[in-house]
Amino acid sequence: MTAVASKDLTGKAFGVDDAHPDWCGGCGDFGILSAVKQALAKLGRPPHEIAVISGIGCAGKLPHYLGTYGLHTLHGRALNVATGVKLANQDLEVLVAGGDGDGYGIGAGYFVNSGRRNVNFTYLVHNNGVYGLTKGQAAPTMRRGEQTKSMTEPSIQSNVNPIGLAIASGYTFVARGYAMAQADLVDLIVQAVQHRGTAILDILQPCPIYNDLMTVDFFRGSDIGSPRVYKVAEEGFNGRVEDPGNADEIVMKQQAALAKSFEWGDRIPTGILYQIDMPTYEDGLAGRNADLASRSLVELMEPGQDVSGLEDMYR
Amino acid sequence: MVKNNLSWMIGGPALSGGVNTSSEVFAKACVRAGLYVFSNIEYHSNIMGRHINYRVRTSDRPVHSHVESIDLLLALDAETLLGTEPHQDYQRHGGHLHRVAPGGVVVVDASAKVDKEAITRDDIHVLELAYDDLVRQAVEGMGQEYNARRHNVMRNMVPIAASCALLGFDVANVVAVVAERLPARHQAMVEFNRAVLECAAEATHEVHGDKGFHVSLEAQPDPTNHMLIKGVDAVGIAKLHAGCVFQTYYPIAPASDESVMLEQHQGDYPIVVLQAEDEIASMNMAVGAAHAGVRASTSTSGPGFSLMAEGIGFASITEAPGPVVVLWQRGGPSTGLPTRQAQQDLRFALQPAHGEFPHMVLAPGDARDAARMTHMAFNWGDRYQMPVVVIADKFIANSLVTEEGLGLEDLPIDRGEIWSNGSNGQSSYQRHAVTESGISPRAVFGTPGGVFVTTSDEHTERGRIDEQAENRMAQMEKRMGKLDLALQEIPEEWQYEIIGPSESDISVVAWGSTKGPIIDALRVLDAEHKISVNFLQIKMLRPFPAKAVRDFLGTANRAMVLEDNYMSQLGLLVAEQTGIQLHRQALKYDGRPFSQDEVVEAVCSHHTSDAGRIVLSHP
Repeated sequence: MTAVASKDLTGKAFGVDDAHPDWCGGCGDFGILSAVKQALAKLGRPPHEIAVISGIGCAGKLPHYLGTYGLHTLHGRALNVATGVKLANQDLEVLVAGGDGDGYGIGAGYFVNSGRRNVNFTYLVHNNGVYGLTKGQAAPTMRRGEQTKSMTEPSIQSNVNPIGLAIASGYTFVARGYAMAQADLVDLIVQAVQHRGTAILDILQPCPIYNDLMTVDFFRGSDIGSPRVYKVAEEGFNGRVEDPGNADEIVMKQQAALAKSFEWGDRIPTGILYQIDMPTYEDGLAGRNADLASRSLVELMEPGQDVSGLEDMYR
Repeated sequence: MVKNNLSWMIGGPALSGGVNTSSEVFAKACVRAGLYVFSNIEYHSNIMGRHINYRVRTSDRPVHSHVESIDLLLALDAETLLGTEPHQDYQRHGGHLHRVAPGGVVVVDASAKVDKEAITRDDIHVLELAYDDLVRQAVEGMGQEYNARRHNVMRNMVPIAASCALLGFDVANVVAVVAERLPARHQAMVEFNRAVLECAAEATHEVHGDKGFHVSLEAQPDPTNHMLIKGVDAVGIAKLHAGCVFQTYYPIAPASDESVMLEQHQGDYPIVVLQAEDEIASMNMAVGAAHAGVRASTSTSGPGFSLMAEGIGFASITEAPGPVVVLWQRGGPSTGLPTRQAQQDLRFALQPAHGEFPHMVLAPGDARDAARMTHMAFNWGDRYQMPVVVIADKFIANSLVTEEGLGLEDLPIDRGEIWSNGSNGQSSYQRHAVTESGISPRAVFGTPGGVFVTTSDEHTERGRIDEQAENRMAQMEKRMGKLDLALQEIPEEWQYEIIGPSESDISVVAWGSTKGPIIDALRVLDAEHKISVNFLQIKMLRPFPAKAVRDFLGTANRAMVLEDNYMSQLGLLVAEQTGIQLHRQALKYDGRPFSQDEVVEAVCSHHTSDAGRIVLSHP
C-alpha cells in the first residue's frame, strides 16, 4: 500500500465529480457524506485502498457519491458483505454505512453477531428514526407512543437502544455522533477508523421530510433553551478501558456507557462511550494459520495447489 | 459360493453402539485388501439412541450402489432385526430381518436379549455372541484386569471379527486399519483390539461350526492403493485444490461435515472457515469475499439455501465472480427429513431468487464428479461472473466410495478476465461494460485505477444506479447472454454424459446421485434380463444442454426419467427446455436413495409395459 501524507489529500479526492446525490434538501446524509470525505482525507490513504459497503435505503446510496471502491448491497446485509471483503483483503480500509432500520431492524442479527466477531472495520449508522425511502414508517429507534407526521398512528412498539445493544454485543468501539456537528463527526470517524476492531458510530441525523420529531431545532434544543446534544468528554466522561486485563475496569466502563445509552429527552450524549483493545477476528485467524498474520487471503490464494497429501489421507 | 460380492449391514442405536466405527473399519479393511466398496448410512436426526444402520457392499469390480438384500446382518439390538413396537409417537419400522438373503447369517449380541421366537425365518442362520464376555476374555488373555469403562469400546471389533470368520477374511486386514485410526497416545490398544478380533473370530467358528456361509472375501493378490471417501470430503479437497480461501457455513445436516473437514486443515492451507450466524450471512460474506478478489464458497442444505436466496440474486446482478454454493439436498419441505435422501430442490435451485438473472447449476453424480465439478465451478464463477450452485445430496455426502483418485490435477485453472491498469488503459473504468462477449473485465478491490462502485439496483456500465429503459435492456441482455456464452464454451463432457450403448431398448434420463445405482443396474439388466439400456446423465442443469437432450431423446426407442422426488422435476425441466414430455417416470420420495435393485425393477417395468408413473419404496 502507498502511504500518502494527509496534506496531499483533501475531501475532494474522495468525491465523484459527476455525482448527483438525490437526497432531499436539508437531509443529514449530506453532513455525513461530507464528514466521511474529510475524515478519509485526514486518514491519508488513497481512494483505491478504501471500500465502502452499504445497505439499502437513503444511507445505502453513500458509496455512489464517493470515489472509493464501493458495494451497495442488500437491506440489512452490509455487515456480512463487509466481513467477507475485509477478511479477503485485510489491506483494504473498510467502512460500512446503513440506516437505523437497516442495522437495528432487518439487520439486527448481523449487528449483534458482528459485535461478537470484532473484524477490523468501521460501521456508520445513519440514524434518523424513520424509513425514509419508503415514505416514513417508524424505524426501530422510534419510541413507543411517538408519532411523526408520516405515521398514521403512534408507535406501539418500544425502541431499540443501539448504544446499549452494541455494548451488550461486544463491540469494542461504541460512539455516537450528530450529522450537523461536522467537526466533531469528522473527528469521531477518524477515531473509529483508527480503532483496531469493529467500531460502531451511531449518527443522529434529521430527516426533514418525514421525521418532524428529530429535527435540527429539536437537537438544537430551541424549545428548552439549551442544546440537547452534548459531548460526554466535555463533562469528564472517559469510556476508554485503559487496562483491558482489568475485569473490574471493563465492567465499570460498560456500566457507565450503558447508563449513558439510556439518556434521551433533554440531554443526548455524543462522543466515544466505550472503547477497549481486544483481539480482532483477524488475530484469531492468525492464531489458526500463522501466514494470515502478515498476508491477506487475496495474496495467499493459490488455485491449483497440491492436495495429493490430502487425497492420501483417504487411502 | 459367491466370491467377494457381499452385502453387509450393521445396525444399532446411534452413538452408543459403535455402528459407524465397525462399518468404516470393515469397509477400509476391504479396500486395503484390494476390493471395491460402496457404503452408505441411514440415520435419524438424533444424537443418541435412535436406530442407525450402515451398509457395506463389496465387489472385485467397481461398485456404486447398495442392493436390497443383505448377506450378513450384524444386530447390536433387537430393533435392528425386528423393528420397533408400535409407539404413540413413532411409526413402527419393520427392522431388517426380512432383507436377509436365504442362507444369510444374522449375528446378534447376547446382551441385546433378542426374542428368538420372534425370528421366524428358518432359511437363515442366527448366531449369538456375548460381546462383553468376548472383550473380557481377550483382555484377560493379555494378562490385564478387565475394566468395562476402559475396554468396553472394543465391542465394536466383535461384529467385524464375526464377519471375518464367516467370510474367511484374515483379521490381520483389520488390525492395520485399527492401528491407523487410533491416535498415537492409544497405540498400546492396538494389540488389545487384535486380541478381541482373534478371540471373537474363534468364538464365531465355534458357534457357527460347519454350517457354512455362501459368501467369501479374498484379499486380491495385487492390492491397489484406492481411496475410500465420502462426497463431503471429496468436495472439501476440491475446494482446497481450486484455491478457495474463504468458506462460510451455518451448521446443518448433511452439509456441515464439508466445512468441518475444511476447518481441520486451516493450519495447513490458507483458508478461513467462518461459522456465520445464519445462511443469509454465510452467503453475503462469500459474495463480499468474491468481489474482493478471492475464491469464496459456502455450503448448505435446503433450509439454508432458502435463506441464501436474496444473496444469489445480489451476486448475480453485481456480477460477482462466484461464489460457489454447494447444496447438499435432504428431504424437504421445511425441516422435512433432515438426515434423509431427496432430490427435491432442483426447481428451487434453478430459480432461487426473484427477478431474472443468470447463475449456473451443476449436478454431480458421485463423489469424484462432485470434486471435479466443484473445481470447475470456481473457474466458471470467475469466467462468467455469476454464482454457481453445485447441487448434490445426502447420498453423495455420506456414502463412502472407492476411487483411484479425484482426478483434480489435470483440470484447468481459469480466473476469467481480470482488469488491471497496465492491461487496459481506459481512463474511466466501467465494471459492467457492455462488451462483445458479454464479459466485463473485472477489477479486484484495491487495484489502483480500477475504483468502481456496484449495486444491487439496476445500474449503468459504471455501476451507478439507473432506471432508464435503454440501459435496463442493455444490462439485462448483457447479463442473461452470459448463459448462452457458457453453454457455447463449456465442453459437452461437463454438460451431460451418455453411458452404455448408443442404441438401446430403453433409455434412462437422470441427474445427480442416481448415477451410481443406474450404472450398476445397467450391467444386471444386460446380463440377467437381456435388456439393453443406455443412460443420459444430465450434469449441467443451467444453462441447459437442450439441443443435446432433444437429439438424444429423438433417437431413443423408449425413454424414462428416474429421480428421488415426487414431481419428476427433471422431467418438468426437460419438457420445458425441449418440448418433450417423459411420461415414463420412476420416482422415489420415501427419504431413501435408489438401490441397484430398484433401478432394475423400474427399468423392467417400463420396458415391458407403459406403466407411466412408478413409485418405488422398500421399507
